[in-house]
Amino acid sequence: MTVVKVETMPVDSESQVVAVRQTVRSWAGELGFSLVDQTKIVTAASELARNTIKHGGGGSLKLESLNEGIRKGLRLIFEDHGPGIPDISLAMKDGYTTGGGLGLGLGGSKRLMSDFQIESRVGEGTKITVVRWK
Amino acid sequence: MDRIPILRMGEFLLVTIQVDMHDRLAMSLQDDLTTRISETGARGVLIDISSLETVDSFIGRMLGNIASMSRVMDADTVVVGMQPEVAITLVELGLSLPGVRTALNVERGMDLLRDSRKNSEEHR
Amino acid sequence: MSVIPEVIKKHETDLLSDWMREMTSSTRRSDLLKDQDIKNQASQFISLFSKAIQNGNLEDTKADSFADLRQLLTDMSRSRAVQGFTPSETAMFVFSFKKPVISRLQAEVKDAKVLSDESWTLNQLIDKLGLFTTEAFLKSREELIMRQQQEMLELSTPVVRLWEGVLALPLIGTLDSARTQVVMESLLRKIVETNSQVAIIDITGVPTVDTLVAQHLIKTVTAARLMGADCIISGIRPQIAQTIVHLGVNLSDVTTKSSMADAFVIALQRSGFVVSKRVDR
Repeated sequence: MTVVKVETMPVDSESQVVAVRQTVRSWAGELGFSLVDQTKIVTAASELARNTIKHGGGGSLKLESLNEGIRKGLRLIFEDHGPGIPDISLAMKDGYTTGGGLGLGLGGSKRLMSDFQIESRVGEGTKITVVRWK
Repeated sequence: MDRIPILRMGEFLLVTIQVDMHDRLAMSLQDDLTTRISETGARGVLIDISSLETVDSFIGRMLGNIASMSRVMDADTVVVGMQPEVAITLVELGLSLPGVRTALNVERGMDLLRDSRKNSEEHR
Repeated sequence: MSVIPEVIKKHETDLLSDWMREMTSSTRRSDLLKDQDIKNQASQFISLFSKAIQNGNLEDTKADSFADLRQLLTDMSRSRAVQGFTPSETAMFVFSFKKPVISRLQAEVKDAKVLSDESWTLNQLIDKLGLFTTEAFLKSREELIMRQQQEMLELSTPVVRLWEGVLALPLIGTLDSARTQVVMESLLRKIVETNSQVAIIDITGVPTVDTLVAQHLIKTVTAARLMGADCIISGIRPQIAQTIVHLGVNLSDVTTKSSMADAFVIALQRSGFVVSKRVDR
């Protein structure tokens, strides 16, 4: 599997969520994802960006376009150095929220993407890696 | 800062969201709408989202909030023009937008508002 | 350090003319490609080949230094495929570059052992590049097949307009997850295009329904509702009803009718139509 293109952007404040959506939409479009898939990817990115800002105290997003044989993919890595998530399985449950939201961010993003990986250590930070294959 | 225009159509208000909204824009829309409903005594609010390519849980919550707040002020809310891609994504996300009525377009949305207005009047 | 990079760089123009002369009529296929175009391709190849090997790496064709050359070969392979070249002909085009280069090496390298080693290095490198064009050809074929499969999927389940504002989607045959998704997306798009408030999904022609398909059906109904339209599922045969109950799928929110005809009546009512029979005197 090869990484064809990489870009990193800051995800520190709510004013940057729109930029995240636009950048992700543009990458997804270039990779030739269908309109439905584009929307799913952008929505997942929006949810994860908000998580990074709200619960991670801000962080970064790394976008990578992948080539694995004949299939192409878009990988998004959200990383923060915030408080971390003490109970990941609880956080993944729909409806669970510590921030007064709808609590759909993590579980929902997982359903919208092909692969979902989360690493988190209390006091150190969180890294969420999602991939959507074409 | 830009504000989303709110048009008055008889006893209804029409909001057309055409831009990918920053959070602050969404919040000011909520404020502006409640103010206008109170000022005009509007009985219904139509929110046209046919230009929105992405609706995440934050925007979903905003739509739900608008519906609740309008309800408190005796106005109905109908969200119109949701695109298929957005609908499919919302379902996958698990967002059901409770309390928010929907219609295919502004015309049908107005029919819906008029019908429900008529029904509630009959029950008075 | 190999002398090949230097030799290529020094003799680019001569190599081009040698190579053009070398190409047999079967490699040229002037019926498919004009001589001038072949010359352009050859010239570009030599130029990028030269650039790629200047840093001394003549083995790893996957390295970044070969990226531009690989792109040229991919583009060439695709365009030649469209023009009607066989993959072997395209590969032969690359292989035929060996002779002119080796002739040059024979002129420039006096030591027999060094010449032998250099020839071997060149052979391996050109072989890799020739095979690369074959792989690129196969890739583009696979992509074409996938695109055609997708188109066939979309064509095989047409959405029908039964009345003003009423759509019907008669599903026939076994549904798999991929097909169901495509079909459902197409239904939702048609709802918007035709401004239809009711869509009847008829599954009379579907022998079995598994959990995934049942879930897709429900997701479609929910999505349609979010858009402002209603779905009615018709044609649920007793076996399917049993399967759905056993799977624990919740259809309580969805209107279901056993026949499409019944569903159509409901659809008309919901759309505000009244059906009356004319009484002849």
